Amino acid sequence: MIGELAIIFIGAVLVNNFVLTRFLGLCPYIGVSRDLKAAAGMGLAVIFVMTIASAVTWMIYYYLLLPGPANLWAGLLGRGGDLTFLRTLSFILVIAALVQLVEMALLKTSPALYRALGIYLPLITTNCAILGVAFLNIDYFFGSAGALEGSFTKSLVHGFSAGIGFTLALILMSAIRERLETADIPEAFRGAPIAFLTAALLSMAFLGFTGLI
Amino acid sequence: MRRLAREFTKGIIERNPVFALLLGLCPVLAVTTSLDNALGMGLSSTFVLVCANVLVSIIRGAVPRKVRIPCFIVVIASFVTLVELFLQAFSPDLFDSLGIFVPLIVVNCVILGRVEAFGSRNPVHLAFFDGLGMGIGFTLSLALIGFVREVAGAGSVWGYSLIEGYEPALILALPPGAFLTIGLLLGLFRLRGRKTRGRAL
Repeated sequence: MIGELAIIFIGAVLVNNFVLTRFLGLCPYIGVSRDLKAAAGMGLAVIFVMTIASAVTWMIYYYLLLPGPANLWAGLLGRGGDLTFLRTLSFILVIAALVQLVEMALLKTSPALYRALGIYLPLITTNCAILGVAFLNIDYFFGSAGALEGSFTKSLVHGFSAGIGFTLALILMSAIRERLETADIPEAFRGAPIAFLTAALLSMAFLGFTGLI
Repeated sequence: MRRLAREFTKGIIERNPVFALLLGLCPVLAVTTSLDNALGMGLSSTFVLVCANVLVSIIRGAVPRKVRIPCFIVVIASFVTLVELFLQAFSPDLFDSLGIFVPLIVVNCVILGRVEAFGSRNPVHLAFFDGLGMGIGFTLSLALIGFVREVAGAGSVWGYSLIEGYEPALILALPPGAFLTIGLLLGLFRLRGRKTRGRAL
C-alpha cells in the first residue's frame, strides 16, 4: 500500500505534473505566477482545497451516485440507483460550495491563514485542476464494478500530490518570471508569450521524468 | 441589424477568447494534438456556450443577483452533461481522446465569462450571436493550434500524411510543443497587430 501511494505521489508531482504535462489549472498558472509570494499563497490554497475536494467528491460518488450496496438511496430510486451521469453537475456544485465553506471556516478559526490564502480562494472555484483531480480520481480508482481497494486513501493522496505538483510548477515559474522582468525581451513577446515559452522549456525538463515509475 | 453583426464578429478576431483575452487555455493546449480533436473540442464548447448564453438570457429576470453564479454553473453543467452523453453515444473515439476535458468544459472560463458578462445582461437574440461569435473564435483558435501541431508534429492533416518521408518534429505533439506553439503564435499575432495598428497590444 505504501509503495502504491508513493508511486501515486511521484506520478502526480513529477511524471504527470498537473500543469506542465496535463495542462490543468493554466489560468492561475499564467495569471498568478508574476511574483513568488503570491505563487506560494495560491499553491497552498490549491493543495488545501484539492485534498478536501478529493475526499468529498469520493464520498459523493461512492455513496450517492454509484449504483450498488453502498448507495444511500438505491431503495428509493429503484433500478440500482445509477446516477453517475450527474457527476459533472454535482461535483462542480460541491466544489463551489466547499470553497465557500473553507473560506468561512478559515475566517473563523485562523485569521492569519485566511489573510494569506483569502484572496486566492474564490479564484479556485473555476480552477479546472480541482475538478480535474476529482474526475481523474474516478477514472483511476473506480473500476467498472465499483470502488477499487483502498480507493479513498489513494484519492486523498492523489489530490494532495496533485496540489504539490501544481505548487512546484507555479513556484518554479514565478522564480523564473521574476528574473525575466529585467531581461531584454522583444516587445511583442513580453508578458504572456514569453511565459508560455518558459513553460515549454519547463515542460521539456519535466518530460525527462517519464519512465521514472 | 448592425448591432447583431458587431456582437457576432467581435469574438472572432478583435476579442478572440484565446489569443486576445487568454481565456479557456486548458483545453486549448491539452486537446490540440491534432486537427480533428481540436475541432471536436471547439464545436462542443461552442454548443455549450450558445445554449447557456441563450438560456441565461431567457431566465435573467428571474435569477436573484446573489445566487447568479451557482445558477449559471448549473445551466452550463446541464448542457455539458448533454454534450458528454451525446459524444459517448455517437462519437466514442472522440470522447476517449478528449478524455476528462469533455466534462471540464464546465469550468471553461470563456463560457462562464460570456454568460456572466453578456448573457445575463442582454436580450436573447444578441446573446445567441455573441455566443456563436465567441464560440467560432474559440474553435478557430483551437483549429489553428491543432493544425500547426499536427502538421509539424505528425506530418499530416486530418490524419492524411502530407509529405513522403517527412521526419516529424515529435516535440510538437508532446506537451512542451503545446506551450511552444501558443507562445510563438501569440508573439507573432502581437507583432502583426502592432505593425498594422501602429501600437503595442
